[in-house]
Amino acid sequence: MDDVIESSATWQEEIFSILKEGGVRQVAYVPDAGHSHLIKRVVADPDMRDVVLTTEEEGIATVSGAWLGGQRAVLLMQSSGVGNCINMLSLIQNCRFPFLCLITMRGEWAEFNPWQVPMAKATQPSLEAMGVRVLRANRPQEVAETVSAGFDAAFQGGESVAVLLAQSLIGRKKWVGAK
Amino acid sequence: MSQAVANAGIERRAFVSELLEKCPQALVVTGLGSSSYDVFAAGDRPENFYLWGAMGGAAAVGLGLALAQPERSVVVVTGDGEQLMGLGVLATIGVQQPANLSIVVLDNGHFGETGMQRSHTSQGVSLAAIARGCSFKHVIEIQEQGAVGPLADTVNARAGCTLAQVLVRADELPRALPPRDGVHIKNRFRAALGFAPF
Repeated sequence: MDDVIESSATWQEEIFSILKEGGVRQVAYVPDAGHSHLIKRVVADPDMRDVVLTTEEEGIATVSGAWLGGQRAVLLMQSSGVGNCINMLSLIQNCRFPFLCLITMRGEWAEFNPWQVPMAKATQPSLEAMGVRVLRANRPQEVAETVSAGFDAAFQGGESVAVLLAQSLIGRKKWVGAK
Repeated sequence: MSQAVANAGIERRAFVSELLEKCPQALVVTGLGSSSYDVFAAGDRPENFYLWGAMGGAAAVGLGLALAQPERSVVVVTGDGEQLMGLGVLATIGVQQPANLSIVVLDNGHFGETGMQRSHTSQGVSLAAIARGCSFKHVIEIQEQGAVGPLADTVNARAGCTLAQVLVRADELPRALPPRDGVHIKNRFRAALGFAPF
């Protein structure tokens, strides 16, 4: 477990570097444990604005507004949040906003909480149904390359891209009281 | 408040038209439906970003824009129904406190586009009270056209995030249809700010 946490901080740091070097100025998020290191780094960076959301769909609109105003912005969420975004993604598709969303997966690997599972199964199909290209990183060494590819597809190619970060990257959540 | 909504006398197009005339530098985002028509009827300009969908998203678009363009006043013109679908973003804006963002809710207490069903704001719910709870710096309840000047001053001052609840008549006005091509309105908006297409 400790190895997973340490590894998790490493690939999250790599994501932070990609966003930083790519000139991202706003990072909107509904938190997830898998993004915690990245969020801390964003909060501490004077050139980046961390925008904590009440629901993920706000973030779709916020990053669109950022692009209208000339800034690059990225959205972070966990897989359960994807279902909250579906209609709002019409904003991305209609206006062809460059869009990059990093999604930590729940409900797909050694999941203790069955309430995470239905949306986990629907995450990729939902995104694809709304025209978002889906990339996935399953192993720590794949994260930087995959996020970087998604970043360029969004901000160089104008695509809408979600990168799914596998639950196996994040490791088992400890549930006190579980048997 | 519900009684005030019922008795509201402001004519929405006149209010929006005078407000935008007094805020010529503002970047404007409109919520879907009548608010988009009102802003378009006041005069099309590249600095208007019209939503035809994405209900509940107008204020959040305004937030991202306001953070990106702190030297410009950003005005979100939307309706009570559209804002009610995105109440959470008022809390998000309350955290960010963008000093240049004003949300102008044209509150007729009804869902005008879908047959004038009553909305929450004519049944006891106050968007102004919610904005106060979300730490908006300026919360203004407007019941007469004469208040448009002071509101424009607040918008132009960029001295704190603002929500204005404007009690308008539940009129069904002729539609004035802005462009629906999202790519077009995005690109011309960005061009007006000096940004080229990628």
